[in-house]
Order: sequence, then structure tokens, then C-alpha cells
Amino acid sequence: MPNADANPFLEATGIHKRFPGVHALNNVNATFCLGEVIAVIGENGAGKSTLMKVIAGVHPPDAGSIKLEGQPVTIPTVSKATELGIAFIHQELNLSDNLSVEANIYLGREPRKFRGIGIIDQKAIRRNTRDILDQLEMDYDPETTVRELSIGHQQMVEIAKALSQNALMIIMDEPTSSLTQHETDCLFNLIRHLKSQGVCIVYISHRLMEVGQIADRVIVLRDGENSGELARHEIDHERMVSLMVGRSLTQFYQHEEHQRGVPVLEVSDLVVPGHSDRPINFTLHAGEVVGMAGLVGAGRTELAQAIFGVDGAVSGTIKVDGEIVEINNPRDAINAGIALVPEDRRDYGLITEFAVRDNISLSALDRYQIGKFVRQKEVADLAREAVDEFNVKTTSIDNEVGLLSGGNQQKVVLAKWISLKPKVLLLDEPTRGIDVGSKSEIYQLIENLAGQGVAILAISSDLEEILRISDRVLVMHDGALAGALGRDMLSEEAVMGLATGMS
Amino acid sequence: MKKTLGIFLLLAAIFLITGVIEPRFLRVGNLTNMARWTGLYGILAIGAGFVIITSGIDLSIGSLIGLTGSLFPLFLVGAGLPVGVGFALVILLALTIGFTHGVLITKLKLQPFIVTLCGLFIYRGVARYITGEINQGFGNDFQGLRLIVKYRVFDVIPMPFVIVLLLGGIAALFLNKTIYGRYLLALGRNEKAARFSGINTDRMVICAYMICSVLAGFGGMLFALDQNSVQPSTFGNFYELYAIAGAVLGGCSLRGGEGTIGGIICGAAMVEVIKNAVFFLNVATESEFTVIGCVILIGVTVDEFIKRFAAKRRAKQQAGSA
Repeated sequence: MPNADANPFLEATGIHKRFPGVHALNNVNATFCLGEVIAVIGENGAGKSTLMKVIAGVHPPDAGSIKLEGQPVTIPTVSKATELGIAFIHQELNLSDNLSVEANIYLGREPRKFRGIGIIDQKAIRRNTRDILDQLEMDYDPETTVRELSIGHQQMVEIAKALSQNALMIIMDEPTSSLTQHETDCLFNLIRHLKSQGVCIVYISHRLMEVGQIADRVIVLRDGENSGELARHEIDHERMVSLMVGRSLTQFYQHEEHQRGVPVLEVSDLVVPGHSDRPINFTLHAGEVVGMAGLVGAGRTELAQAIFGVDGAVSGTIKVDGEIVEINNPRDAINAGIALVPEDRRDYGLITEFAVRDNISLSALDRYQIGKFVRQKEVADLAREAVDEFNVKTTSIDNEVGLLSGGNQQKVVLAKWISLKPKVLLLDEPTRGIDVGSKSEIYQLIENLAGQGVAILAISSDLEEILRISDRVLVMHDGALAGALGRDMLSEEAVMGLATGMS
Repeated sequence: MKKTLGIFLLLAAIFLITGVIEPRFLRVGNLTNMARWTGLYGILAIGAGFVIITSGIDLSIGSLIGLTGSLFPLFLVGAGLPVGVGFALVILLALTIGFTHGVLITKLKLQPFIVTLCGLFIYRGVARYITGEINQGFGNDFQGLRLIVKYRVFDVIPMPFVIVLLLGGIAALFLNKTIYGRYLLALGRNEKAARFSGINTDRMVICAYMICSVLAGFGGMLFALDQNSVQPSTFGNFYELYAIAGAVLGGCSLRGGEGTIGGIICGAAMVEVIKNAVFFLNVATESEFTVIGCVILIGVTVDEFIKRFAAKRRAKQQAGSA
């Protein structure tokens, strides 16, 4: 339902994009008009960012067409997109924070003096930068070093940079995720100002309240497909959530309630770094699987890592089996019977150049030693058993882990931690980026562990996964627990409502 | 393992080619001489290797040799301390220095390069100050003690070579067979994953710097016993570079997590053999450094190409099997 009377600036039709194992965009259509603010929303992994990356030339599409002002175009590279007037402001800003505002705005395309000689025309840069900053009603010195600016102001510099390249369409990916309320208000004023000057703003966000404030039109994606569009007067929270969630609730309920045992992990007044005013309390019981939902950046990973002692001493108290344990580092956590399967397996979970056997045994070496010498035979037995039990597809336990597929790598990480026989297992995105087959094997594994009485906390951005494996769900929002949902109250709407801070 | 074998074969090749061109190179006297230097530098290279495996560096090795090489004779001759006490004091000093490096690097998060560069200046200055720039040595005394380096087993195998093999054996056991060795390799390659695995990475890094310094301190004493004339302002100059060169030629990557003791000793031997070959092949001795530099450069370039080739082949195999 784009404005029928306005000619679209950019029209994307039938866009397909596949990544290994994922059909990220499946026949997606979208139109964008000048002087319009379009919000693109959807759950984590719905394809929002991928669509925008296709339009901005980061990932060329596998199929589909893009028309710009009615003319078919291909956008194979970012520089081509820039040339066509499309700018993409990433969630992680791309500024050199050691350079000044003006140097950043003109980085890589500095006006030069004397043809052919690389002397920067500093005066031209200063003049142009002043013009743009004036136009944006920003009153700071072009010579300020970017590092000295707040995140909000740094974002303004990105916008100024986009405008200096004559951008007609500015795509912003989660622009408010690290802004204060005041900075968000400033950004919205700027967006309205740009809109009045005929710029097209595409706004990707999880924050439905903000979408309601700023968007003229909402495009909703779900599982890589168009799920619907809402015109200005149709935008409300319920409609957005139901379009985002979409699927019927019964189809994935094949969940057997676990026998809930005694409390194993009791967390009180724990503080997630950066959110010191919002202490967290919860309890995990033996044999239960507790899902932890929330938006990216809500503090779930930080919470798990805090419990695991990654950044030093834990604030608040943690009890395991009713006894207070002091956790100052991961070793203390392991000794207390807590294991963490971290979010990013290549960075945190594995030494990818090490063999399967050495990865599986790494956390357990002190249990397989005789006078500090590694008991090689037992380590090999441990690795072999784990490879069998977890069905890791590898020809030998001496193969380098980095050469296995994502799913098999994840099984190695799980084997490494589960072989420690933890009482509490913290899983951070246990199935991210792996194939469907390995996924269901991992779900089965989680079931089995719960059956053996392990208390499990599973962090996931995949709502379907959360609903599938959890006995109950904790939802985090902005560094705090926004609520807990029992199995009977569990629905994607309820989770999303808490996660977006609406209910 | 493959890599260590490759390094050994390369060493053997240089050895044979030089020997064929100039048979004097293979005379027992010359071999003994090379073995002696290989032993002395090899001890340092093993220490440097440990630090490099943690993806660190130690630039203070040479100055520490200057300091301990000056102090040892000073303790024994100047202060008349019993040999055991003098030895213990030097070892204790080296351990303290290594511990300090490690603590500054892990707890204060200072860069290894800077910390040990400061060490390079400081220990040299201390050596010169304490000795008043006066040459140190044992004169005609301590002939028995000096046999620790001077003695030749079966009249041909110099003691430093025996010592490096012994130390190398212990170091290899430590690196390959103990849990600490595994921890060092793990943290050198991926510090975060090692920490997440419950490894006290700080403690292991401190341990590596202590190993490096204590071997440098021990080496300093051996060099002093060998040379019997220690000039505090120059003794040990550049030795850290020989040690690092040996470790790198021996297969250690400055990115960390890579290296074998066997390779490191071969690397140290290679530096020595090249120096010697330059002399025997009538290449101007002034270009000794140029040749060593070029050989290292070629070595690491070839290694990089082999790695890329292997990665490509693996990618192909994977694509084939998928």
C-alpha cells in the first residue's frame, strides 16, 4: 500500500537471497518513496537487514529486480549504491574515531588541490562540512575528533556523510539501539526534517513504539517473506506483532513438560554490566529447561557471562544446590558445576585450529591428569565417546575442528561442556547458523539432559526454538528481566510484547 | 610434526650443500664449534619460543644476559659467594624479572613489546652501573665450574649442546604432554576461548615469561663461563634477536599458538649454520646479517605459501565432499 499518487523512488521486486542453509529472502517486494519514512520490522532473522543490504549493494541478490525512478538498475557494490543516492548507516557505525568530523565525512573522497597531486583541499572540506552541518542544524566544530562525540552525535556524523554524498535514500539499521531517550528525540527531529526535504528514510527497528511514532508506512517481513504492510493509520502495536509472528501457535507444540526438581541455581541481585540499577533474580530447577528471550542487545549474553564469571567477580549472590558460591572467573563457575556454551563458537567456544579431541578435553584437562601430565589415552577415550554420543561427523578425533560444518562444530562445543557433567548448563544461541538436522539433534540432546536432571537456561533469539524447548520463558528487556511466562501463558505475542517493552 | 620435519630437512640440506662445496665445513672441529653455539643460542631460543607461543615477545633477553653474565662472576669472584648461592641468586633474579614482565603484560594489559623493550634498556643500564663498566670474568679460577660449558663429552660433543638437548627434552614434555603446555597453545591461538574454557590465562602467560627469563638468566651464566670476559655494555647485545630468529625459523608464529621445541632447536642451529656457511663459502663476512635476514624472510614467505596452498586444497576437498 505505498502512496498510490507518489512515484516510487526505488522498487524492489521478487528479491531472492540464499546463504548456506538459509533462504534469507524469498520473493520479497518493497517500494520506497521520496519524502517518506518507511519502517521495516520483523523478528530476529526475518530478513530485514538482508533486504537492506541487497538494496545498498552489500549483498547482490540471487534473483529479482530493482528499479530506480522507474529504470531497472543493478547494485552490485556499495559504491554503486552511493552513486545512485542510497546510503546505509549500519548499527555499528563506520567512523574512524581518531579522525575529525570533517575528515570522516570526506574520507576516501577528499577534494584535492592541483590536479593529480594528492594534496587535500582543506578549505573546501571545511566549507562543505559547515554547509551540511548547518543544513542539519548541528552546531559542532568540524575539527572535533569523532571519539569525543557521543554515540548519538556520531550517528549524526554518519547522516551528514550520507547527505554530503547527495543521498536521496538513507537506510538506518537499528539507529536507536544505543541512544539515550534525548538522543532518540533529536534523531527523530532530524528524520522529520530530512523527510520534509524529500529524503526517503528507511528505518529498521525492533522498537515498535518508536516505529509507531515515526513511520509513515511499515513493511513487515517474516521468515524471509513479505508478511504485510501497514499504512500510517493502520500502524498499531497489535497489528505489527501479529504480522511479525504470523504463524499459528499450535504447529510447534510438541513439548513434554519436564519433571521439575529442587532449585539448583539461585541468582539474586545479579547485575548485568552497564545496567547497574536493574538487579536480576531468578531460579533454575533440576530438570527444567528455561528459555531466555529478548531482543539482540537486551543483555542476555552479558547475564550468562556474568553468571559464568567471565568479567571477574560477580555482583550479587549465586547459589548452587543451596550453597552460596563465589565466582570470580570461569574456573570457579566450572568448579561450582556451571557450564556455558557461548554464543559465538568460533571466537569463544573453540580453538578452531585444534583437533576435535583437544577441543573436547580443553575444559576437562585438570580431571584427566596425572601429576600435571595429560592422560592421553583417557582424553582420546573421552573424545571418542563424545563424538559417538553427540554424533559429530568427523573421520577422526584428530581432525581440525575448523574444518567441520557449523552443526558439527556446535556439537563439539556442546560435547566439551556436557562432558564436564555440569549441574547447570547455560546455552547461548545453541543452534545459531546450523543446519536443520543438527538443530533437531541438539533439541533432543537438551531434552535428554533435562531428563537427567540438569538445570538448563537456553538463550535464543529464535522464538520458535524458545517455544519448542522451554518449560517456561524469562524475557529480558533493556538489561532487566521484563517478565516470566509459564507454559500456559506462552505465545510469541506474549514474548514479543515483553521483549519490546510494550507490556 | 610435519613442519618440524621440514625444518630439519632444510637444515640438513644447507648443511650438506655447504659441506659438498667446502669440505672443511664438515671437519670435526668446526662441527663441534657450531654445536657449542647452537647449544648456547638454543637455550635462549626455547625461552623466546615459549613467549612467542603465547603471541608475545621478549626483547630483553640480550640485556638480561648482560646483567646475569656480569652478576654471576661478580658474585663468585667479587663477592666470594659460594657457587650454589651465586647460581641461586641469579636464577631468582631472572624469575623475578620474568614474573614482573608477565604481571605487567597480563594484569596491567601493557604490550609485551613495550614492557620488554623497557627491560632491554633497564637491565643493560643496571649491568653497567653495578659493575662500573668493568669487565667481569673468572680469571684462572673456577676451572672446574667452567667445565660445565667447556667439557666435551667423548671429546667431541660440547656441553652446551648436551644441555640444550636436556632442556629441550624437558621443555618438549612440558609443552606437549602436560596440561599447562596445552593451555599455552590454546591461549596463544584464541585467548578468549581459552578463558571461557576455565583456563587461568593470565597465570599461564606469566609462567611463559618466567620460563623465558630464567632460560636467559641461565644462558647468561653459561655465556659468562664460556667467554670468561664479560663486558657489561655489550655482552649479549642482539642475542634476543638471534633467539627470536631461531624460534621463528623453527616454526613459531608471532600470531601465537604455534611451535615445537624440536623446531626451535633446529631453528637456532640454522642461524648458526648459516653464519658459519657464510664464512666458509667466502661470502663477505660483512654480509652475514644480510644472509640471515634473507633466509628468514624466504622461510616465512614459503611457509605462508604452503599454508595458503593447504587451505585452498582443504576448501576444495570440502566442496567436493559436500
